[in-house]
Amino acid sequence: MATKNIAGVDVNVNEEGYLTDHSQWTREIGEAIAKEEGIELTESHWKVMEFLQKEVKENGALPTIRRLTKSGVVDTKTLYQLFPDGPMKKASKIAGLEKPASCV
Amino acid sequence: MKKVLILGAGTAGTIMANRLLRKLDKKDWTITVVDQHPKHYYQPGFLFIPFEMYTEEDVTRNKTDFLPKNVEYIQEIIEIIEPEKNRVKLQNGKSIEYHILIIATGTNIVPGEVDGLLNSSWGENAFDFYTVEGSVALAKRLKGWKGGKLVVHIAEMPIKCPVAPLEFTFLADWYFSKKGIRDDVEIKYVTPLSGAFTKPRASGVLSHLLENKNVNLVPDFNIMHVDGSAKKLVSFDEKEVDYDILVSIPTNMGDSVIERSGMGDELNYIPTHKHTLQSKAHENIFVLGDATDLPSSKAGSVAHFEAEILTENILHFIRNKPLKEDFDGHANCFIESGFGKGFLIDFNYDVEPVEGKFPLPIIGPMALLKESRMNHFGKLAFKWIYWNVLLRGWPIPMITAQMTKLGKKL
Repeated sequence: MATKNIAGVDVNVNEEGYLTDHSQWTREIGEAIAKEEGIELTESHWKVMEFLQKEVKENGALPTIRRLTKSGVVDTKTLYQLFPDGPMKKASKIAGLEKPASCV
Repeated sequence: MKKVLILGAGTAGTIMANRLLRKLDKKDWTITVVDQHPKHYYQPGFLFIPFEMYTEEDVTRNKTDFLPKNVEYIQEIIEIIEPEKNRVKLQNGKSIEYHILIIATGTNIVPGEVDGLLNSSWGENAFDFYTVEGSVALAKRLKGWKGGKLVVHIAEMPIKCPVAPLEFTFLADWYFSKKGIRDDVEIKYVTPLSGAFTKPRASGVLSHLLENKNVNLVPDFNIMHVDGSAKKLVSFDEKEVDYDILVSIPTNMGDSVIERSGMGDELNYIPTHKHTLQSKAHENIFVLGDATDLPSSKAGSVAHFEAEILTENILHFIRNKPLKEDFDGHANCFIESGFGKGFLIDFNYDVEPVEGKFPLPIIGPMALLKESRMNHFGKLAFKWIYWNVLLRGWPIPMITAQMTKLGKKL
């Protein structure tokens, strides 16, 4: 496992740069990862990421896009505008969560 | 008398009825099966109908032909499951009380979930091949087709038989080659995944095969809507793909009775323990086949392997013994690759498809994750095995419910 210095803190990451220990995540780290991904975070981004974090905390797993959009937090079109090219992959990375597993 | 009630008489429910009847004590237990449809379809055969390799008759039988005489069969729509009352209500007003419920209501395509798909000349220029009606209509359309843009499109995962869209594409390449019009047909494979398949090693091999067959892979495509008048697919990030004929694999969802009963997730799949097949919400409810939310493939082979383990667990449950955590997600799938050849893949929750020999290590005779004629004949022979061995709930010689690592290049 590698460590990476993000926003002045050493954190554990996997080979794709996803945090492997969510307890090390802070909002500052999220901001820094977002910058690397070329995303400027707004209130709407945070709403999506907070929903993902809440779901992982409660269910132990990332929700599907369908579950996310059904929750009323964001509609699909907006989600793709907020996090272009793979919204779940990007949002979970910035939120310090695991990479969404590809389906079966 | 106590009752086991099985909802659904497809592959999973039929195998389970046959197996349980042999194992349960007839003095104490009766088995009832409910399904709304009279016909049992050999679903792996739908793939061959558009290319005139099979007909509707080849894949159609009566459900009752495969259910034992001592099992009560009711053909009726299921209105609602009431787990708290151990009761199921049917549309004809009758109720059935159960001691053990096995839900095998499967998964269906829901074209209405893809915006614009049903308004896109569905049945004329846009088709599915996951229903007998869809594949028969597609056969008619392809027969007189002179060429143009053929798009095979997966709306979202998970789907039943995740290799079927690839097989369709390979067979289309072969079909148009045989007709002498392959140069006039542009084939695109459009998927929300990042590659051809869900598992990395198989995805690499299969992506390469698409390339060899001159099929354009369009990955990471998340559909926003189908524009039927302009005949194009539009993604959320505003990519577009034009088609003349669209072969759609629409959103898959569990049966609507699961939604009506409030027992499913957002796709109507029932939260199920991945190793015991017990429902997470109710201890006397078990879930089998495509109806589960398990991270295994939705496929007949999986239902077959699950049925073997679930039979044991039903017996354990009746005897108040702890359930066995034996189901490992084992799937075993033939992949038709066209020109009389095929692949075979064998995998589970933890081990992705790899190269090797099957079912016997070193000897085979079938090759894993490699193209061969033997695998194609295996696929064709499987129809006989399905009707005569698998549905009857008999084990297939040398093939075990749990995946073996022997003979695999891990």
